[in-house]
Amino acid sequence: MKFGILVNEGPFTHQASDSAYQFAKAAIAKGHEVMRVFFYHDGVNNANKLAEPPTDDRNLVKLWSELAAEHNVDLVVCVAAALRRGIKDDVLAPGFRISGLGQLIEAGIVGDRLVTFGD
Amino acid sequence: MEEDDFNPEVVKRFMFVNRKAPYGTVYALESLETVLISAAFDQDVSVVFADDGVFQLKKGQDTPGINMKNFSPTFRALDGYDVEKLYVEKESLEARGLTEDDLLVDVEVLSSKELSKIMAAQDVVISN
Repeated sequence: MKFGILVNEGPFTHQASDSAYQFAKAAIAKGHEVMRVFFYHDGVNNANKLAEPPTDDRNLVKLWSELAAEHNVDLVVCVAAALRRGIKDDVLAPGFRISGLGQLIEAGIVGDRLVTFGD
Repeated sequence: MEEDDFNPEVVKRFMFVNRKAPYGTVYALESLETVLISAAFDQDVSVVFADDGVFQLKKGQDTPGINMKNFSPTFRALDGYDVEKLYVEKESLEARGLTEDDLLVDVEVLSSKELSKIMAAQDVVISN
């Protein structure tokens, strides 16, 4: 099955990003395709490479980058939501790209399922 | 509108579910952007207002006191984007002492049971 994922919350404050990441990993492990993860609202903070959690905590930003590198997952950050929160190309972690909301709708059209993580 | 040159042949049923008050968090404002973009993709779009989301459609929103832009007029413009299916959950309206007359656009008021049937028939449900 082809999955699109929508992440609506920032990392570290809220479980949503962790759950989305675990879901993506589990889906890929089962042989499914995760075509795109779209980051909206505070979810755009998942792309901030300046994030530096304590070493004994998981680094979600890094985990997303690794997932993108290993499994060719398209990590897309909404441009309007990103600009509002100071997420620009110069702070973007590897594997992320900034684009428009059309990428979310496209994931809904092309994918078999769009799964939302947030409140 | 966006940079996408993606031109879908497929028309899917997209339902956006607004469950949050218009101010206090950014969800309502940013979610409305998603509705507008989906309409630009010529999809079959419907929008649901439930829980505190029904307040998004309340007439007479007076926001300068909280230094926020009143974005409720945009709901009146949805018609121009061919987004005509606006559903409001009856129970949510009633629980908040509101009636259809309090709302700034024409909507279809449905019970949660009726709404769940429509929801089950969607291809994509995006909830906020």
